[in-house]
Amino acid sequence: MTEFHEVTKWLLLSVIVISTVLGDLLQSYEMKRSGAQKVTARGLGRLLRIIASRKFLLLSIFCMAISFFAFMALLQKEPLSFAVPASAATFVCETILARFVLNETVGKRRTAGALLVLGGVVLLSR
Amino acid sequence: MSQYASSVQDPPKSIGLAPTFEAIQVVRSPAPQSKLKAILLAIVVVCFNAVGNLSLAWGMKHISDVGVNPIGYVHAMLNPFVACGIVLLVLWLLTRMALMSWADLSFVLPLMAIGYIVAAILGRFVLHEQVGLPQWFGTFLIFGGSVLVGTTHHRSGE
Repeated sequence: MTEFHEVTKWLLLSVIVISTVLGDLLQSYEMKRSGAQKVTARGLGRLLRIIASRKFLLLSIFCMAISFFAFMALLQKEPLSFAVPASAATFVCETILARFVLNETVGKRRTAGALLVLGGVVLLSR
Repeated sequence: MSQYASSVQDPPKSIGLAPTFEAIQVVRSPAPQSKLKAILLAIVVVCFNAVGNLSLAWGMKHISDVGVNPIGYVHAMLNPFVACGIVLLVLWLLTRMALMSWADLSFVLPLMAIGYIVAAILGRFVLHEQVGLPQWFGTFLIFGGSVLVGTTHHRSGE
């Protein structure tokens, strides 16, 4: 029984990390392609229409929903601090994939900043 | 590169969503947003998320057990705090998408971590939780890291 519990815990954690990373990558990719969107009331309405017309954006929101429900399921069994490896791993994976999949320029300063933020996130949840 | 730059000066009036490479280039080029605007929008996105979550959590706490039936969820949505939380989280999603269209993912992510600082401050002063020294040091690191990332160029390839 405890072994089963242990397995579910890590399974949920991987589901959270994979779905969050996939969702954010797809969203960033599609939104860059669609050009700078406005944040006026009209612009937000237009965004809703863009969601409906792009498969990857729908998939991205589906991934965010999976990540959200997996997170809720994890919190029912584990303390909030156990969710930290999830946010830390997500953060690292996404920055690396942004560099190699989305071809973003991640220089020394951005890497240093990201590492500081990572350290802060880990400290914050102790 | 030069004819690419000239298309920025003179954006076409109507933009179709034709999935050709050329069309994508044209759609992408008009009105790139400044870095300052991107950082300000990031702060707005973070606030929508923090206040939305707080409102939703507050509303859910003051409802008798929701249960697993859909009627329970519909009933929960009638609570003003829950409804307000849902509206704010929809706004969070839309503004976050707009932000992604303005800036790199690796630029946006560290800025989103400012949300942890907002959460710590809300936890301390609204919910009266204990926030220890390591936690305050953590918020300081996140702030420093976000400022450092904020000094880099927000959009690759421009």
